[in-house]
Amino acid sequence: MNHTIIKRLSVFASAVIVVFCASQTFFSQIAVRGETVFTMAGEPITNGVVLVKDGKIEAVGPQSQLKIPAGYRIFSAKVVTPGLIDAHSVVGLNGFLNQPTDQMALDGSGPIQPELRAFDAYNSREVLVQWLREFGVTTVHTGHQPSALVSGQTMVVKTFGNEVDDVLVVPEAMIAVTLGNSGLAGQGKSPGTRAKQIAMLRAELIKAQENARKTERPKDLRSVAWLSVIERKVPLLITADRAQDIMSALRLAKEFNLRIVLDSVSEAQLVLKEIKESGFPVIVHPTMARPGGDRESLSLEDAAKIKAAGIPVALQSGYEGYVPKTRVVLYEAGMAAQNGLSQREALELITIDAAKILGLDGRIGSLAAGKDADIAMFDGDPLEWTTHCTGTIVNGKVASEVIR
Amino acid sequence: MNKSLSLLLAIVLAAAYASAQEKPTAFVNAKVIPISGPVIEQGVVIIQNGKITAVGDARTVKLSSDVVVIDAKGKVIMPGIIDSHSHIGNPAGGDGSSPIQPDVRILDSVNPRSASFQRAQSGGITTANVMPGSGHLDSGQTLYLKLRDNVEKIDDMFILDAAGHYMGGIKFANGTNPIRPGGGAFPGTRAKSAALVREEFIKAQEYRDKVAKAAGDASKLPPRDLRMEALVEVLNRKRTVHFHTHRHDDILTVLRLQKEFGFKLVLHHVSDAWAVADEIKKANVPVSIIFLDSPGGKIEAKDIKAENGAILEKAGVLIGFHTDDGITDSRWFLRSAGMAVRAGMSREKALYALTLGNAKILDIDNRTGSLEPGKDADLVILSGDPISVYTHVLETWVEGKKVFDRSDPKDRLIQTGGYGATNDRFMDTDHDDGGQE
Repeated sequence: MNHTIIKRLSVFASAVIVVFCASQTFFSQIAVRGETVFTMAGEPITNGVVLVKDGKIEAVGPQSQLKIPAGYRIFSAKVVTPGLIDAHSVVGLNGFLNQPTDQMALDGSGPIQPELRAFDAYNSREVLVQWLREFGVTTVHTGHQPSALVSGQTMVVKTFGNEVDDVLVVPEAMIAVTLGNSGLAGQGKSPGTRAKQIAMLRAELIKAQENARKTERPKDLRSVAWLSVIERKVPLLITADRAQDIMSALRLAKEFNLRIVLDSVSEAQLVLKEIKESGFPVIVHPTMARPGGDRESLSLEDAAKIKAAGIPVALQSGYEGYVPKTRVVLYEAGMAAQNGLSQREALELITIDAAKILGLDGRIGSLAAGKDADIAMFDGDPLEWTTHCTGTIVNGKVASEVIR
Repeated sequence: MNKSLSLLLAIVLAAAYASAQEKPTAFVNAKVIPISGPVIEQGVVIIQNGKITAVGDARTVKLSSDVVVIDAKGKVIMPGIIDSHSHIGNPAGGDGSSPIQPDVRILDSVNPRSASFQRAQSGGITTANVMPGSGHLDSGQTLYLKLRDNVEKIDDMFILDAAGHYMGGIKFANGTNPIRPGGGAFPGTRAKSAALVREEFIKAQEYRDKVAKAAGDASKLPPRDLRMEALVEVLNRKRTVHFHTHRHDDILTVLRLQKEFGFKLVLHHVSDAWAVADEIKKANVPVSIIFLDSPGGKIEAKDIKAENGAILEKAGVLIGFHTDDGITDSRWFLRSAGMAVRAGMSREKALYALTLGNAKILDIDNRTGSLEPGKDADLVILSGDPISVYTHVLETWVEGKKVFDRSDPKDRLIQTGGYGATNDRFMDTDHDDGGQE
């Protein structure tokens, strides 16, 4: 190869690189203008703008003070919020077809399987993940479903990206425990009663305490998972609807000095004081969850009552066994706003409050410089039935421009 | 008859007449959405003896001196909401013995004291078509009910036709739900499903002809057959077929059956309606559709679109909404209209679908579904715009009686849920006065 050809080639190559970089730069720099910007880190900004660069929020402020630099792709919306956070779901493990082949959130082989990792089962291309994304949901705490005593692990993911490695935020977020009727095993199997459920959990935790004291620790997956619980590295996500189950969860946490997050809590209103005193946060049932079984006493006002009691609380889309296969936290927040929460409070439950409970408020949940550029855009009050989500940005990338 | 006796009789009759003639009640200062006409910003609705006697503008409607006035300032009044497909009342239709059970009546299974009726009242629902499920090709006869209060037996909720018979349709289904591979008498494929239904209707045609031929001669009449009797009502267009169907090709199969046998038909769910809207219009068949929070949950609903309402509206199809309660909750049935508008349907047609559209679907539009003089006093009082997330149902009235009142803590518990809210109720005497203070 002669020298001139190499030279020409290298000129061509650098031209390609320049063009490529320019386009990359163009798409990673975004300005989102909103007539109202709910930063969730202070008062809403009227005629505000959010500047995005390299996947992070660069700056947030009023348009009068914050100039949009040249080359930024500009979006305009009536209302801008942080990307919404679904504090508890099973999407991605469970698919929308609801066939055995796309239901991966529950393995029926045993009642206690804390070693099952959520990210080994996650389909980031699942239609339901896309569905949530199109309603402004950018982060989902998802994993094994609440239908066995210990069904497996949960994780936190972003809703945009091709493979699980591209979207993982917290690989092992919590371990899912279910008390009460939905945590019972089939006839003749254990646990067959509530008391047996707690006995089985205590046995596991006592074993974990003993293992923690050993110099040579066991390496089997189940023991390792329980060690992470007993050493407070991973919290238990305890689904408990009846007041008695909520109290059992608190008793267990106290006995073993556990970190727990209370889930669903349909009868929370009966034991608000006890929950408040425990200091543990709550991911309350979907506002529009069906009243039945252990959930027969749930109320549309639960979110408002729990929040008013000063208990950290977030909303969830939850687990659905049939039609519809997932709920949308945006709708659940709307219904919570109809029933005792202000618009701002309802938004908190699906943004900053959810981020805090997931331990991610340093990174997501509000619009502030340095945080992940996760943004949702709306053509009106986000909670109103007739408003559309007009765009979703995840990690600074345009993840949806569908009008939903 | 002597003089004093006839005088006494006259007094008794007069007293009876006076007690039958309730004082009229006028709801004033409300925004009134009659559905059958334009919205009245400063409206008046007057009801008496269970019927609407006047609807109009506050400036033109005259109030009589004996009228009981209810100030509804800042509130919205619309007709009682009708649900054309519900499973409230813990109903159970056909059993596992066979796929086609037209003889089974849902009325023989409904618990009139079920709390689910009260939940529906708290969602503004005044009329519901209570149906058996979709696990059969035909799971039995449905029942149209008024959600009255103080019911002791299911008969107390009946809607009677001109001949005095309780009204109802019949439930059919196709697609995957009735298919039970290896299920004995149940179909294993879609084609078999259609064949079984056709066969049954052909039998019914023959039964009808035998009955006609007998011309009332008892010796020539075929033995009474409850299954055939119900299907003959269907063939004679006296009993509407409510057909559960999702997939586009299943919808067309239903239209084919309808064309062959000529029955009155309502298509239910129709997840793929957006794909065959013109065919539905061409068949001139109404639909009853549902709003779901997400697609899927079952294979047939994987392509369901919130835009179904808008697309069917554009095609000119008569549309009703349904809850399919417990699939969606009766308490927020109004949301269906809001979500349909979100997906492009007009506000007018969305509210129509909740009321008059469903009344037409159930053939009861002569008595309910809109606020018009002469119709039943079925109405809902709302705190605001019916399609807003922030709006509450404040009061529900059925035939001039208040059956739900959010300001009553017991009723509010039903609406919002909470400890004890789902307990089935015995007769609630609190509402004996029907709100007539």
